[in-house]
Amino acid sequence: MRAFDYIEIRVPAKPQYVSVIRLTVSGLASRVGFSYDEIEDMKIAVSEAVTNVVQHAYGINEDGEIVIGVGLYTDKLEVMVSDYGHSFNFEEIKSQIGPYQEDESVELLREGGLGLYLMETLMDEVRVNNNEGGVTVFTTKYVTREQVKDNVKSITT
Amino acid sequence: MNVNVQFREDGDMLLGYIEGEIDTYTAPILRDELELIHLSEGLLVELDLSNVNYMDSTGLGVFVAFYKKVVKENASLKLVNLSARLTRLFEITGLSELMEIEKGGATNASI
Repeated sequence: MRAFDYIEIRVPAKPQYVSVIRLTVSGLASRVGFSYDEIEDMKIAVSEAVTNVVQHAYGINEDGEIVIGVGLYTDKLEVMVSDYGHSFNFEEIKSQIGPYQEDESVELLREGGLGLYLMETLMDEVRVNNNEGGVTVFTTKYVTREQVKDNVKSITT
Repeated sequence: MNVNVQFREDGDMLLGYIEGEIDTYTAPILRDELELIHLSEGLLVELDLSNVNYMDSTGLGVFVAFYKKVVKENASLKLVNLSARLTRLFEITGLSELMEIEKGGATNASI
């Protein structure tokens, strides 16, 4: 028997479906015991990953699909976002992302590139794999439990 | 799933009330609405985000683009009534250092 439940959704790579995906993920996350804030973080992180596919994976005349896989464990949630479009160079993109610096000149302010940075900040793990002809983003969030192990005896006075 | 903007003029101030969700689907709508603003020197644009339920980097991108225009025209921009969540988003990305934002809950002078 599997240690986790797996849910998969396949949607067209169109902007109107990003909200559907984050709603589904938040519904699934509430089964795992995450706090409200953690679920809100996940909604953003997953929306960022799906948005990247919508914006970059397919050309204007291509009808592309996104596959979202969610693994529900007792102590964590894994989300996989996969496309079959154009790969991107993760390291190259990563070097162009990050928070805004105070001394950045206003004219040169980036208007994009925050998506991956937000994902890494809001989730516990982010990995990007370039498959043949596509990109898969894996991201994980762990449930924060109290730091006491199960087998610790309580103190008696 | 929608975004809605309403504007109100008040002397040198232009107040905008944004409500709804801002993501890749609705961000272009917000961008187009902000594009309609005629920016002039000395104009203060105050955008009230108290009813924005969701925002990600696509929304941030729209505000950055608008902010660049505002600075270019020597006007000024302030985002007010941000929830704790939205404030955190601006802080994580460093935008709170660049743009003027105000968390909700404080007594604001805007009418």
